[in-house]
Amino acid sequence: MFTYDFMQNAFAAAAIVAVLSGATGYFLVLRQQSFAGHALGHVGFAGATGALLAGLPPLSGLLAAAVCSGALMGLFGERLAERDVAVGLVLSVSLGLGLLFLSLFTGSAGQATSLLFGNVLAVDAATIRAMAAACIITLALLALISRPLLFATLRPELAAARGLDLRLVSALFLALVGAAVAEAAQIVGVLLVFTLMVGPAAAAQRLTTRVAHGIALAVLLALVEALAGVALSYLTDWPTSCWIALLSALAYLGSILASRG
Amino acid sequence: MNALAPAAPTLAQLPSAPSDAVRLDRVSLAPGGQTVLEGLDFAVAQGSFVGVLGPNGAGKTTLMRAILGLVPPVAGRIEVLGQPARRGQPQVGYMPQAHAPMAELRLSGRAFVAAAAGSIGWGLPLLGRAARQDVDRAIDLVGAGPWAARPVATLSGGQRQLLMLAQALLGQPRLLLLDEPLSGLDPHHQAATIDLVRDIQRRLGIAVLFSAHDLNPLLPVLDQVLYLGNRSGVLGSLADIVTGPVLSRLYGATVDVIHARGRIFVMAGGVALEQDRHVHL
Repeated sequence: MFTYDFMQNAFAAAAIVAVLSGATGYFLVLRQQSFAGHALGHVGFAGATGALLAGLPPLSGLLAAAVCSGALMGLFGERLAERDVAVGLVLSVSLGLGLLFLSLFTGSAGQATSLLFGNVLAVDAATIRAMAAACIITLALLALISRPLLFATLRPELAAARGLDLRLVSALFLALVGAAVAEAAQIVGVLLVFTLMVGPAAAAQRLTTRVAHGIALAVLLALVEALAGVALSYLTDWPTSCWIALLSALAYLGSILASRG
Repeated sequence: MNALAPAAPTLAQLPSAPSDAVRLDRVSLAPGGQTVLEGLDFAVAQGSFVGVLGPNGAGKTTLMRAILGLVPPVAGRIEVLGQPARRGQPQVGYMPQAHAPMAELRLSGRAFVAAAAGSIGWGLPLLGRAARQDVDRAIDLVGAGPWAARPVATLSGGQRQLLMLAQALLGQPRLLLLDEPLSGLDPHHQAATIDLVRDIQRRLGIAVLFSAHDLNPLLPVLDQVLYLGNRSGVLGSLADIVTGPVLSRLYGATVDVIHARGRIFVMAGGVALEQDRHVHL
């Protein structure tokens, strides 16, 4: 299976996405904003279908919508109590809009399926180069904000008292999450972004007591799950996203057992 | 104008003592446009332990936030360690009331403390040697060394409180602002926390503003009390401030101060002031 070009591409794309998702997901889970990350995928879906309708590349629409809505969510999502409902509303409206755009767009239904559930086998070499570049930029920006982000996450009142702009940090971070979601959606689709962003990070956090170890383990788990998912998909002919979702859930259950034992 | 301000020269007219940790000159605070405190005029000497008391909503947190430079005064002047109050002043340690998401946090106590160390600037959360030593020092000061490696989620409420106190001690502060550090602690842990803060305060020779609902646990350690209420405040020794006439004047209502078995009860209209948090005078 390693001799086929499309499989090599699939492994490369899965690896890129896994590294980015694991690292971003660590902070997403630590901030208890998993649901927001999930919603960004749906907003991205509306963006992608909107771009299709406008005759633009769907990926650009996905990226723009996810990044912009991430930043807006960070700026306005201050009141925690309202957040779940607000995020849920954004999520459902986005999915509805995406559906509308799709129904107006007279193209194939295959586009919708690959947006929703990903299509790792459709990734070509040019896309991989673009994904690698986007991954490096996003990771670099994440590294740049990671110190204030960690402080703001663990001790918001104290960070604010020291002069940190919590809303700015939150907006920057969720914009980066939007970018990571757009990348991950190409492999696992917008509906299953959760599996690579939240699953590995949540498992890693159960098993580690230090930030660096936690990020490293989240990345490692995401890598193993994504690559194994691609390989298992080749062997079984089941969808890649399905395998990744199953492995992700399995890893999380394993982490619960391990951290209790 | 504040009826409680001394008739003699106000602090603004007196020469500034360089040893003051905090100095307020006729300060009014109105966060969000609503006046909470007016005409505050007092100075806290360096190295003193001050209990900040008063009913809920009296402005204890607002006062601390003003000293931190987070609530600019609408009138008057606040000096902290000889300089105008400003945000991010590294010599002021602050322990806000706990809302930290700690119940599910698997990070170690040390990692939790370390997140607040060093600068707040952009970059990786890697600490240099000096910052790591600062973290170790703060953890040692609160006695968290033996259990700082354990996940925060497995620690008791009292231990989590100590971690937050350690965060306030990062950066070698000369003034410590502790906002309700006793809330949620049982009497045993309350006494232990007070003793610890007193011990740290003496060892480091720093000033502490310690807000609390109940005066009594603080009685053995207080150098001075700052009573807030009725949009005003008075600072002085326990004997001078916690008296019927002074507190009656502060609150504009009859307040009785009852001493019984080494405890002090501040009663307004027959209700103990600190015990009932819903008394509004």
